[in-house]
Amino acid sequence: MTPLLTDLVAQLATGAIRVVDLANTLSSDFPVIVLPSEFGQCEPFRMETVSRYDADGPAWYWNRITMNEHTGTHFDAPAHWITGRDVPHGTVDAVAPRDFIHPAVVIDISAEAAENADFVVTRAFLEDWEARHGAIPKRHWILLRSDWSRRVGTLAYLNLQDDGAHSPGPDADAMRFLVHARDCVGLGVETVGTDAGQASHFAEPLPAHSILHGNGRFGLQCLTNLDQLPTFGSVIVAAPLKIKGGSGSPLRVIALMQEA
Amino acid sequence: MSSAAKRPRMAYDGVVMAAPITVPYQRFSSEPAHGWAGAALRALARETGLGPRDLDGFSFSSFSASPDSAVGLVQHLGLMPRWLDHVPTGGASGVMALRRAARAVQCGDAAIVACVAADTNQIDSFRHTLATFSRFSQDAVYPYGFGGPNATFALITQAYMHEHGVTRADFGRICVTQRANAGSNPLALQRSPLDLDTYLAARPIADPVHLFDCVMPCAGAEAFVVTTPEIAAARGWPAARIMATIERHNAYPDDPVQRRGGWAMDADELWAMAGIGPADIDCLQAYDDYPVIVAMQLADLGFCPPDAIARFLRDTHFGIDGTLPLNTNGGQLSAGQAGAAGGYQNLTEGLRQILHCPLGAQVPGARRAAISGFGLVNYDRGVCTAAAVLEAL
Amino acid sequence: MTTPRHRLPPPAPRDPLARPQLHPVPPGARSRAMQAMAARATQGRFVLQACTVCDTATYPPRDACPRCWGTLAWHDQPTGGRVLANTVIRVSTDPYFRDRLPWHMGSIQLDAGPVVLAHLARGLEPGARVAMRLMLDRGGNAALFALPSDAAQVPHPEQGATSMSADPQGRTFVVPVAGATVLVSDARQPVGGALVGALAAAGARLVVAGLPGPAPVRDAHDPVLGLPGVQPLPLDVTDPVSVAETVSRIGGPLDIVINTARHVRAGGVSRDGNLLAQHRALEVSAMGLARLAQATAPILAGRPNGAFLDVLSVTALAGDAGHAGFAAAEAARLSLLQSFRHEMRSTGVRVLEVFTGPTDDADYQALPPPKVAPARLAAAVLDALAQGREQTCVGEVAREAMRRWLDDPALFVRETQP
Repeated sequence: MTPLLTDLVAQLATGAIRVVDLANTLSSDFPVIVLPSEFGQCEPFRMETVSRYDADGPAWYWNRITMNEHTGTHFDAPAHWITGRDVPHGTVDAVAPRDFIHPAVVIDISAEAAENADFVVTRAFLEDWEARHGAIPKRHWILLRSDWSRRVGTLAYLNLQDDGAHSPGPDADAMRFLVHARDCVGLGVETVGTDAGQASHFAEPLPAHSILHGNGRFGLQCLTNLDQLPTFGSVIVAAPLKIKGGSGSPLRVIALMQEA
Repeated sequence: MSSAAKRPRMAYDGVVMAAPITVPYQRFSSEPAHGWAGAALRALARETGLGPRDLDGFSFSSFSASPDSAVGLVQHLGLMPRWLDHVPTGGASGVMALRRAARAVQCGDAAIVACVAADTNQIDSFRHTLATFSRFSQDAVYPYGFGGPNATFALITQAYMHEHGVTRADFGRICVTQRANAGSNPLALQRSPLDLDTYLAARPIADPVHLFDCVMPCAGAEAFVVTTPEIAAARGWPAARIMATIERHNAYPDDPVQRRGGWAMDADELWAMAGIGPADIDCLQAYDDYPVIVAMQLADLGFCPPDAIARFLRDTHFGIDGTLPLNTNGGQLSAGQAGAAGGYQNLTEGLRQILHCPLGAQVPGARRAAISGFGLVNYDRGVCTAAAVLEAL
Repeated sequence: MTTPRHRLPPPAPRDPLARPQLHPVPPGARSRAMQAMAARATQGRFVLQACTVCDTATYPPRDACPRCWGTLAWHDQPTGGRVLANTVIRVSTDPYFRDRLPWHMGSIQLDAGPVVLAHLARGLEPGARVAMRLMLDRGGNAALFALPSDAAQVPHPEQGATSMSADPQGRTFVVPVAGATVLVSDARQPVGGALVGALAAAGARLVVAGLPGPAPVRDAHDPVLGLPGVQPLPLDVTDPVSVAETVSRIGGPLDIVINTARHVRAGGVSRDGNLLAQHRALEVSAMGLARLAQATAPILAGRPNGAFLDVLSVTALAGDAGHAGFAAAEAARLSLLQSFRHEMRSTGVRVLEVFTGPTDDADYQALPPPKVAPARLAAAVLDALAQGREQTCVGEVAREAMRRWLDDPALFVRETQP
């Protein structure tokens, strides 16, 4: 092994590099995104036992699972959105393995989101954030820490009101800033979508999906434990299933971080 | 009513019955019906010296020989008859087996016919017998509380009591007297004395039927032989002749509740053929699954005026030494009801009384017996009725 | 929904140390003709065979006329009669009746002609006028029940039903709601919602309102879900885990399951057929029923009056070109329901079906009237339970469809697929 990898393994072994699990548990009651009822819907996770040390398999246990590509903690490939339909390597099976591992920057919007479920991340907010924390480095995952994962298991997670879901997300200018000015790898969020709950009503609707994927960038949804990550310095491992022509994939997302 | 022209019934000349057999009853038995039939034939062999190849006619009745019929019994018991009959009429099977066998012997189709009824009573077999008894019962009787015959006869009893002003005490006199008659019958399953107060205080089974109105199901077998007077004489068998018999099925179907049986339709012919009347009878062996049916037979067969049954029950002494000795072995009410053999025991007991070889006490000087059978509660009433008048040779 | 006139006290809590009581069913063997009578009893009809030649009505069911040997056909008959004789059975060798003694029965002279043996309501004596009902017993077989005619001949049909459930023997032929714990599988749709309210008003001890996802925030303050005696629980019949968890969270033993779940979407087979929507319809209608049945049948079987009532579309009978996938799913549901009913015969669990036409809700907004109002459907479900009726058709569309289907299924299929 090269010294570099030997060093990584050693630091993992001592705990100097910590592995943080950013995935929620896949279960049938984990909420999925709800679209207006005239559209096709996202299938929730379902699991049915094939055998469990019983007549259908005396010594083995296994299950049949069904879900949407966008169920639970999941990865959005560029082809997920119409703007990204012609992006090269835009489906999950074609994403370059190089892109499975990227550093991350964590932007904490938890206070703002707690105050206002419809909090919109604007370019101004990001510039202000950079003024306080430093510039967002290039080729990073942008992780929005909203603490929304703490709402999992309550009605407030989807926060489905009579006029639709209410959850925070970016506007179009913020997305253009992150993609073009900061060349981000993608956007990772704790909510069920990279866009805000009400983003279909924005002047430029669903800007996160539209701008990210139109420019070959990725999305990560339903993340958790972002509160454990440093603002700078973590590395995200997010390798989607190799689904032929797939638009996305449920996956286990982990972060590597150096203990202070 | 039948529109077929009625010819006079041929007399039963040249026929006798002999060798009444009763295999002692048991409350429960693990022995199948075939075993009980075998026991009856063993007893018959002891009595008559007949062996399997000596019989050229065989008549069989049973509820519990399934899946076998008389055919199965023939091979089972090593018979080679030239005449075979299966009589499925339950409580009327004794008289009906006699009638058929008599004509076979009279016409030369058979010379010695053994008539056998045998039924076992395993634990819970009564319930199974009930459950598969008849299609109408299965469809339209048992689903209504599964009270068995008790419930059906409760309805008949209630209507009869109402129509005739008969009281429970009137029925009680039948049961109490029959119990007294059973006292001398060592084979009766219930011989301890019964008084009217005990009868009246018994627990209800299906109102107004109470405990002592019901027979006790048991295992048992009965048999007799039908042959020619010549054969009987040659073998030295005491025998009796058949003065008259009748049979009827599904009489009075339009009576909403059964209030009479086929006897009422045919009794005049019975007595005319016999050439005697009820008053000339020394004992009556009537079918007694419930006292109400005994009452019906008394009225329908002319032992009492049709409208005077209540008074008749109060005024008549039915004991062995009484004015009308009735069910002198105790009847099924005291001796037990051994399935189809219950339709035979009236015949064997009547025969014994006039041949003077009773199981218990003898009716003094008895020469003539009337036998009456009643069988098969297919739906809401008994369908088959029969009667015979016998006279000792 | 008004308070029923006769409300029996709720069942006493069971001694937890007592061995669970087995629930045998009445003796079950019947002739084919009697099965045919039961088939008509499922629809709440009072029928007897009558001769096609001499017109004489006959009973018990036969295969030929006892008067003229003509062939027999089933006909609706006047329900009146008079008690000829009655008895109280105090001894029975049958396990089902042994548990329920004393049992009142008697013979009835029917106005239609025949004499029948029948279960008798309390207090009927010889000479009393009665109104007959053709019920199904807990084993699913036809059973004649005599009610006092004054109680049954009032114009309001539900009054007679109340008489059945007010009589101790009558109760064994119906599905009492008062005091029962009831699960409604989908209380989110208007039909299920109306049903939850109606069940609570009818005196159910507990109504568990199943709520499939996604769950809106307003669930927290829904007026029906907040009624006393109503327990909302997340329940998605497409999810075996959810079904198992919901059943495990119901406080106390479950008596009645009412399956209202469905997924109505327009579309054909080759034309406008959305396979995902059709798949979901099958998952909800067919597999959902199977999941609910698997999870609840053992519990229902342990209850003295367990019942499973399914609300389904009458398009299950012959398909529906406009809702092909949904109709197919409902046909599969009906098929499963029939097998499930057969399975439950030996347990005494009643499996009832309520057919409806289009309901007056968002699922059928594109269709013109007549449509069934959710409240009407809810009332019909309660009536089906109160009557113990195996098959009920609610509204003109369902009733007419069933009538035509029974009359000539091949023609009906042609006419419903224009």
